Amino acid sequence: MKNFLQTAFAALCAVAAVTAAPAQDADTEKGIERYRQMLKEDPWSNPGLLDADRGEALWKTTRGPKNVSLETCDLGKGAGKVDGVFAELPRFFAGANQVMDLETRILWCMEKIQGFNRADLIKRPHPGGGQPVKELGAMATYVASKSSGMKYAARLDKPQEKAMVALGDELFHRRSGPFDFSCATCHAAEGLRIRLQGLPYLESPSEAKKVIGEWPAYRVSSTHVMTMQHRLYDCYWQMRMPELQFGSDASVALIAYLTKNAEGGEISAPALKR
Amino acid sequence: MKKLLALSGAALLSVVAAAYAQQKAAVDPAKVDATVNAAFPAAPSDWAPRLTPDETMRQCSQTRNKPDKKTADAIEKREKAAIEYPADGNFIGDWKKGEALAQNGYGLRFSDYPPRRTTGGNCYACHQLTKKEVSYGTLGPSLLEYGKLRDYKPAAVKAAYEKIYNSHAALACSNMPRFGANKILTIDQIKDAVALLMSPDSPVNKGQ
Repeated sequence: MKNFLQTAFAALCAVAAVTAAPAQDADTEKGIERYRQMLKEDPWSNPGLLDADRGEALWKTTRGPKNVSLETCDLGKGAGKVDGVFAELPRFFAGANQVMDLETRILWCMEKIQGFNRADLIKRPHPGGGQPVKELGAMATYVASKSSGMKYAARLDKPQEKAMVALGDELFHRRSGPFDFSCATCHAAEGLRIRLQGLPYLESPSEAKKVIGEWPAYRVSSTHVMTMQHRLYDCYWQMRMPELQFGSDASVALIAYLTKNAEGGEISAPALKR
Repeated sequence: MKKLLALSGAALLSVVAAAYAQQKAAVDPAKVDATVNAAFPAAPSDWAPRLTPDETMRQCSQTRNKPDKKTADAIEKREKAAIEYPADGNFIGDWKKGEALAQNGYGLRFSDYPPRRTTGGNCYACHQLTKKEVSYGTLGPSLLEYGKLRDYKPAAVKAAYEKIYNSHAALACSNMPRFGANKILTIDQIKDAVALLMSPDSPVNKGQ
């Protein structure tokens, strides 16, 4: 499997390297498209499925200071219910009096049900390059995979949810930091690239629908599953901003905004990406 | 360049404007500030300015990069006044160093401290510059033959310096970082980038 991915990546690099000047863009696009196809041809080649399995085991195992499993965790559709819940997140949880995305909700359950220390869990929540996704992320991958094939149907119609979507919209367009970047700097127009990497136009529902449901996704370039919280953290890193806190209102607001834009899009998590 | 910038800017802005018009509930700016301040608790104290947009960024964010004429004029005037020029009046450095900094995306990320190399301009992330480099982005216009197309005129050399130093002096709410004004690059590095664009022997102008 690793060989397959490496071959596909080598194919991409080779195409990029030999491409001549005039028809350069078209050839480059063709090369990238071929790479994407190779990634999609064999869905079972996706190493992210192993993390979903690991997440399922973690979800069902008695753990933490209280030595219980997460099977009483209510992700929005009742205690322990996992099927289809990701398709309806983020949502407002009255008990927590908060809008939460999937990962923030799992964090909440790990703290409240299993007795884990929240500060410890959010200290280093994301894996480094080459390291596997952490336990919380593996569980998020598992839960998201149980909505794979469904369409995003988060209602986001409660006042608290609407406020989060509106806040996410503001944050998406807020420019700051030494580079003056906002999310919109890269994701507010169609068909643009950084280097050879295509940039989804996330303000547009048609493009948001295509990509938001892919996360958590296995990223070949970093050889691990990256969750949506991690993806946003990575964007802010690139924007020269400080480390985005896991489960912060800003992270949930952005996820709510993106999910709203992606409403009706198909969930294919964990997807396999470049 | 101004035309190109303006054209791509206009296309972008019309799209952004449409999205802006659809926007419903206004969000209290104080709430946005508080949310941002709470989102980055690990920020070193000297990073606090990164969390807060300055006056120009506040105006650009509020208008979704589509300021009205009066605001745009005020932004361009303010940003132009903040440009520092080389002491010796020479805008052209070494294009080879310019090419290296155009390739270099290192610097100013939280993982880049303490710095292990010089900060780059990362021009290729958004611009086509040479034919040899096929891995270029398209967020900004192609800069192939930039100097040649402008007959290497001294006024164009100065304008290129000003755009790199502070893009908002030429186009309010441009997407391009203010490399000089925000202290991303030094004046000498900006001169090297100008050389890459404006030297007749640069690969940008030799069709390489």
